[in-house]
Amino acid sequence: MASSPETYFGTARSRVDGPAKVTGQAKYAGEFEAPDLAHGYVVSSAIARGAISRIDTAEAEAVPGVIKVFTHENRPRTAWLDYNYQDAVAPPGSPFRALYDEKIQFSGQPVALVVAEDFETARYAASLVKLAYAAEEPETDVTRVRDLSYTPPMKRAGIKPPPEPWGDADAAFDGAPVKVRHAYRHAIEYHNPMEPHASTVVWEGDGRLTVYDKIQGVSNSQGYLTGVFGLKKDEVRVLNPYLGGGFGSGLRPQYQLFLAVMAARELERSVRVTLTRDQMFSFTHRPDVLQTVSLGAGPDGTLQALRHDAVSGTSRYEDYQEVVVNWSAILYRCENVALTYKLAHLDLPTPGDMRAPGAVTGVFALEIAMDELAYATGQDPIALRLKNYSERDQTEGKPFGSKALRACYEQGAERFGWSQRSPEPRSMRDGKELVGWGMATGVWESLMQKSSAQATLTADGKLVVGNSTGDIGTGTYTILTQIAADALGLRMEDVTTKLGDTALAEAPVAGGSWTAASSGTAVMKACRTIANQLFTMARRMDHSPLANVDFDRVVFRDGRIAVADDPSRSVSLAEAMRAGGVDKLEATESAGPDSSHQKEFSAYTHSAIFAEVKIDEELGQVRVTRVVSAVAAGRVINPKTARSQILGGVVMGIGGALEEEGMLDHRLGRVMNHNLGEYHVPVHADIHDIDVIFVDEVDKANPMGVKGLGEIGIVGTMAAVANAVFHATGKRIRELPITVDKIIG
Amino acid sequence: MLIESGSPVAADTRVEISLTINGEARTLQVAPWTTLLDLLRERLDLTGTKKGCDHGQCGACTVLVNGTRLNSCLALAVMKDGAEITTVEGLARMGGGNGLHPLQEAFVEHDAFQCGYCTPGQLCSAAGMLAEGHARTRDEIREAMSGNICRCGAYTNIVDAIEDVMQSGAQG
Repeated sequence: MASSPETYFGTARSRVDGPAKVTGQAKYAGEFEAPDLAHGYVVSSAIARGAISRIDTAEAEAVPGVIKVFTHENRPRTAWLDYNYQDAVAPPGSPFRALYDEKIQFSGQPVALVVAEDFETARYAASLVKLAYAAEEPETDVTRVRDLSYTPPMKRAGIKPPPEPWGDADAAFDGAPVKVRHAYRHAIEYHNPMEPHASTVVWEGDGRLTVYDKIQGVSNSQGYLTGVFGLKKDEVRVLNPYLGGGFGSGLRPQYQLFLAVMAARELERSVRVTLTRDQMFSFTHRPDVLQTVSLGAGPDGTLQALRHDAVSGTSRYEDYQEVVVNWSAILYRCENVALTYKLAHLDLPTPGDMRAPGAVTGVFALEIAMDELAYATGQDPIALRLKNYSERDQTEGKPFGSKALRACYEQGAERFGWSQRSPEPRSMRDGKELVGWGMATGVWESLMQKSSAQATLTADGKLVVGNSTGDIGTGTYTILTQIAADALGLRMEDVTTKLGDTALAEAPVAGGSWTAASSGTAVMKACRTIANQLFTMARRMDHSPLANVDFDRVVFRDGRIAVADDPSRSVSLAEAMRAGGVDKLEATESAGPDSSHQKEFSAYTHSAIFAEVKIDEELGQVRVTRVVSAVAAGRVINPKTARSQILGGVVMGIGGALEEEGMLDHRLGRVMNHNLGEYHVPVHADIHDIDVIFVDEVDKANPMGVKGLGEIGIVGTMAAVANAVFHATGKRIRELPITVDKIIG
Repeated sequence: MLIESGSPVAADTRVEISLTINGEARTLQVAPWTTLLDLLRERLDLTGTKKGCDHGQCGACTVLVNGTRLNSCLALAVMKDGAEITTVEGLARMGGGNGLHPLQEAFVEHDAFQCGYCTPGQLCSAAGMLAEGHARTRDEIREAMSGNICRCGAYTNIVDAIEDVMQSGAQG
């Protein structure tokens, strides 16, 4: 087939799920109805470490309307081996099992599930469950266990450990004319999607279950349930058409799913369990990581030594891992490099992937250190980065498939007006406010996962495509509709995309910024298979206008198959199907990464972020008044939804820089600010102008040349803001968030 | 229309109230502790109104009560006896047309949402804010909308959408 004309690819389109979302018709996991639905309410542990010594449910059970109270003493039997609890993205270890035994592993651990006829009764009865504990002293402070840190013995799938060192970083650092060595740290962050985690389990009457689960990929929940409960795949269908925000919190099946399914099977009845906002702080977070970055350089800023060492908190039961330190050697060229990444056990739930996991953490430290080096050597921050620009991925010894980072620096600086910056700290003002301009680099992996997709074309010219992955707000429904419409020359209005249902072709969780490349390519392939079938039927027609024409010489456009260089010769899709005697064409195809391309090239997205802050020094109040994010991420399918991805990443990055801080009371091992009033995330008043630039980039890692955009917007943003704060105030703040006390203090 | 509460609460503790919801008059028997939000979501299947925190901290549950925006998680249903409630499902009707309310159209056009979960609250809040008539500038819109959190970070697009509707003179 000749390249199909791209009517929709690359054009700004409003979301196809927009009308459903603005009218309240889009239903989320905790909103599906079932006859005779019972409601579960979770009771959470008051201690962080120890054991339940007594649990008394009598009073709760006596409340009219309570159906049953589940605890570790009466829970139904489930699978025994850890293996059965390991979901598709689980780190190595022994996954948490709700209500498994009396042991308490973290504060907020579910210790009972009260199931009642209605929500309020369950909630009230939950307050009557009496617990006594044998408490032990918890350890939740990573600074106190740094010396006990260890290199994880088992690697987490898909997470590259730090490469072996090269050169002699320590000796080179010692001998370097200019040295920058500091510790960096950001607070524990919580994902806090607006939709609380929820599962509605519909008991279908014969042991089969239909489950609506808040998850970023329903296949992962289905696999987990078959492992844990010994169900067959065809006995449990999992759906989640809409996800009210995930940011990684919905990658793994969370404990409300286990509890709701356990209760439904035991009671032979439909059950819904929705977590409260404070319980949203009890199962995953971006970990607290202690980092030291050491940069040794010549007087002109050329790097001679680079060390990046990190110790990350994890739970006692799983070795959560993310890529924190490798980015330093991916971004900058240096002949003496040492990178280390270790873990330390804490009495907290296992951390989890949160938007650009690892990169947010590592690049924040590196990019502040680079700003410090720029000042130490009297260089412009962009000039310093260009001086150390890496043309190869040193960690893999490979060139980049594409890297338009220079253009990001240039175009971002131009749009921001960087040349007007006076480099001296405290040298720019706006009335009584100090003004600071800072910049940083962003980087994220460009990934593709094996993914399948299906397509069905009916004689009325309507096409349905889809797979089991989720649209987590990224715009997947819309871009897949664009891709499918282009592939068969249909109007977007004639294409319906279905997602988030295990009855559809299997696809991985939506994460890692891989969905556009993975599901997009699979949908395109499925549509091309249908195109091929249509073409075969059209060519076989009596007196076919396409007779003696090869497939690679036709185009699909306006509902017709036409000869590319002679559009007057064409057959409509309906005619082709009629001639072929079919009223429906179906295809399922899968697509995966191109392994030969992967062998040869490293694949990353890049960005340059510029931030302006205005600071009232007396009040210590920082406002991020302007951000320009210039992104190189291959081709952009839909500039409208793509821009929103970057905006969202930037906003969360501003939150990380100035606001987000999980505050632990280390004596109790407990999050103190487990609500949206005290765990601050950006609100309208915090967010001002954000400008997004997509830099042209040609990449050949996948047929569409797309790289993914869900994560790159946040990486580097925290550093750009922190660097702007330094420029404004002369204060170098290396612990985030930058709150009032740090500005005034 | 009389709706029996599914609650096992003894019948004599329930309270009869009348509400007009999206233009439809309803007589309801509700427990005194049922919030307006839970009444809408759990009893009336009006799940367009979202529960994000249940503490009045996120704004996802914002509805219009007698034209004024309110966090429905912080109001007991019995306190609103006789009130006129508009939820996101009734916004279009309030806008006077059969299609979408101007704010709903502007939100789609400006991509003022991603996951969509805060969107009903943002829309109802924006409609209430326009009716209040205090916000004139982008900064004032931001201030007046700050009770509605969007974790996806669609803020700049939400303000664009609201400003668009404000400038076109369409009323909430």
